[in-house]
Amino acid sequence: MAKRVGAEGSFAVAEAVRLADTDVVAAYPITPQTHIVERLSEMVADGELNANFIYVESEHSAMSACLGSAAVGARTFTSTAGQGLELMHEVLYLASSMRLPIVMAVADRALSGPLNVWGDHSDAMATRDCGWIQYFAENAQEAFDLTLCAFKIAEHHDVLFPVMVHMDGFHVSHVVEPYLLPDKEELGDFLPPFDYPYTLDPNKPVTMGAFAPPAVYSECRKAQDVAVNGTIGAIQKVWNEFGKQLGRLYHPIETYKTEDAETILVSIGSFNQMAGVAVDKLRAEGKKVGLVRIRLWRPFPLQAFRQAVKSAKNVVIFERSMTYGGTTGPVCAEVKSALYGLKAAPRITSFIGGLGGRDMSPKHFEALFKRAQEIFDKNLDIQYETIGVRE
Amino acid sequence: MAKKDFELTWKEIPVGAIVHEPGNASEYQTGDWRSQMPVLDRAKCVKCGICYRFCPEPCIVKDDEGYYVADLYYCKGCGICAYECPKDAITIVKEEH
Amino acid sequence: MSNLKTLQKLRNAGELFMPGHRACIGCGEVLAMRQVCKALGKDIIIANATGCMEIISSPFPTTNWDVPWIHALFENTAAVASGVESGLDAMKRKGRGPAQDVTVVAMGGDGSTFDIGLQSLSGALERGHNFIYVCFDNEGYMNTGIQRSSATPYGASTTTSPVGKNSIGQTTQKKDMPLIALAHHIPYLATCTPAHPTDLAKKIKKAKEIKGPAYIHVYSPCPTGWGTDSDVAIELCRLAVDTGVFPLGECVYGKYALTKEIKQLKPLRDYLKLQRRFRHLSDDVIDQIQAQVREHYETVRAKCGILTN
Repeated sequence: MAKRVGAEGSFAVAEAVRLADTDVVAAYPITPQTHIVERLSEMVADGELNANFIYVESEHSAMSACLGSAAVGARTFTSTAGQGLELMHEVLYLASSMRLPIVMAVADRALSGPLNVWGDHSDAMATRDCGWIQYFAENAQEAFDLTLCAFKIAEHHDVLFPVMVHMDGFHVSHVVEPYLLPDKEELGDFLPPFDYPYTLDPNKPVTMGAFAPPAVYSECRKAQDVAVNGTIGAIQKVWNEFGKQLGRLYHPIETYKTEDAETILVSIGSFNQMAGVAVDKLRAEGKKVGLVRIRLWRPFPLQAFRQAVKSAKNVVIFERSMTYGGTTGPVCAEVKSALYGLKAAPRITSFIGGLGGRDMSPKHFEALFKRAQEIFDKNLDIQYETIGVRE
Repeated sequence: MAKKDFELTWKEIPVGAIVHEPGNASEYQTGDWRSQMPVLDRAKCVKCGICYRFCPEPCIVKDDEGYYVADLYYCKGCGICAYECPKDAITIVKEEH
Repeated sequence: MSNLKTLQKLRNAGELFMPGHRACIGCGEVLAMRQVCKALGKDIIIANATGCMEIISSPFPTTNWDVPWIHALFENTAAVASGVESGLDAMKRKGRGPAQDVTVVAMGGDGSTFDIGLQSLSGALERGHNFIYVCFDNEGYMNTGIQRSSATPYGASTTTSPVGKNSIGQTTQKKDMPLIALAHHIPYLATCTPAHPTDLAKKIKKAKEIKGPAYIHVYSPCPTGWGTDSDVAIELCRLAVDTGVFPLGECVYGKYALTKEIKQLKPLRDYLKLQRRFRHLSDDVIDQIQAQVREHYETVRAKCGILTN
């Protein structure tokens, strides 16, 4: 029977790791993920979680230890944020190319410099191309649900890729919210025991991590690219099974009042909850606006996204990271790429804000819609503007 | 014979680029690297096995009579076996190609 | 060509590393690695750092390894091994994984041990994982073309510490890696060379038996990098030990012991003259290094409780 619990998103993640009967946790503390690893340490110390916790000496070693642990067939979890995600950057590529089903929760945080421990998406966007399955949780319930699903998705024999569960630093990791915490009985057989088909085992020796010269590297990479793009079906399948078992259904693209929307806001992360309030207010004023929440970021759900914005004449993106020299931020670049060349493609403009923990309230989103409308009405050629930054 | 790296198509790449067959690199002939080769004088050989112990490949194995002989498919001609043989039973001979 | 029969005979003899690898002609490191594997036996999992031994043994889609082997990156082999060890431990507790006991082994060169991988090694040793770390020390970044590492000895010429008008080569002293490892309070440490295979095998087996981290430092001559003939790898090992450059010993639960006490150290010149990397050294510098080697050997003997008169 599920309990209604008041807890931070961090603790919700820890509960999911516990319920998954994780075997190994290898993690290094960094704000704002610390509560995840602290809670997991308590669980191990009290015998609630039967796992080996490797207290690694850096995030690079955390992900490296995860490689070794997953490679022998142990269910493996880690967590990090910001600079930590950057420090393990090169190891992330290996987790994907070696097809190791590691699960990682990231409390998305701004990248230095200047040093800033608060939330934004610059760390998430910096790992865009590493080959992990990446999706976003917007609140404590989603943090719990999606972390639990991550194990099943990663270990699915049609997937076998590591999964990154993103959640906004502080806004999700530290805000206390009510969420439903199921017990083992309610989970049923949703998450079967870990059964990785290729392990390091002296009874069946394999070599992992051979080097590939120019003659064959491209083939290895294409095989990986095709495989990761082909996981969308399995991801939705697992989410459907979760929905059937626990009553909450997740989709790669979540839509809110988009059916007849003329202007659609596209955004990622917990600020969507504020954006939704703004949409309600504007709808009450008769404005035909809607919200598309990108949940699955990698592999990018191209068809679902195109479907979601089908009705719109105008698309406006709000995102929380910059590319310092790119034509737009990374999310807008992805959206434009997804919609380019379509007959009756919408007009697109974008805003970058919410950096380094800078808050966005529903009023800010109302102002965003207003400014976006101005840009569209006056046909201004603006790739992106910052929002909420003092001029 | 297993496919070489330049023959594999992307569909034939195993998941994770894992190599499943232990020791299959031993198809590769390193014997054509050498410019000199070991020659054993069986009369002097006392079958101590020191040459086998110190061969870096390793490619020295016992023949049917118990003499340790280098497999020329692999032998790179380093000469360690001749240097270390306590009975000077191995001579390094330049090879003509 | 009877290479298949050769392979069968090698496997029957307990060899776990197969020929057909791309190591240089006369490589002392691959010989050492082959001996280490044979002493370890087949119930192992190896985490190997990027470097000579990794490159020469794993050209996709082939491998020279008869045992489970994983290569990740250059600086994280001890961390990967930590994950392997913890994963196996957790699984065993829950009734999963290989039925037999498995020895976890991390292998790396001096580059990945002394320099870029020092942090992950330190972490693994401090955490007390039950594994064996083997450092194959050929005194430089040989795989990338003979660049200096902090294991390159004073006066050696490498591509990044070249002899020149303003330089005698490496101007720093080699890090005392065994002491660094021991500073982590590990239960077992040993130094070995492939010229002493019985001793090496004994030390590997002891490392297997002792629970906790073991650090094995293996002196590995590199003909290509050191500028020697291809047939003197074993001779170099003997000279390194007999001149005091590489003392052969152990430290078991904090107690030091010399495996082979050299009462009368051979002259250093016997060792240096075989290697082109030292050819440029003047007599003065050689005398200086000789004095340092003698002094260092005395401290080692003192640690082992052997007093000099």
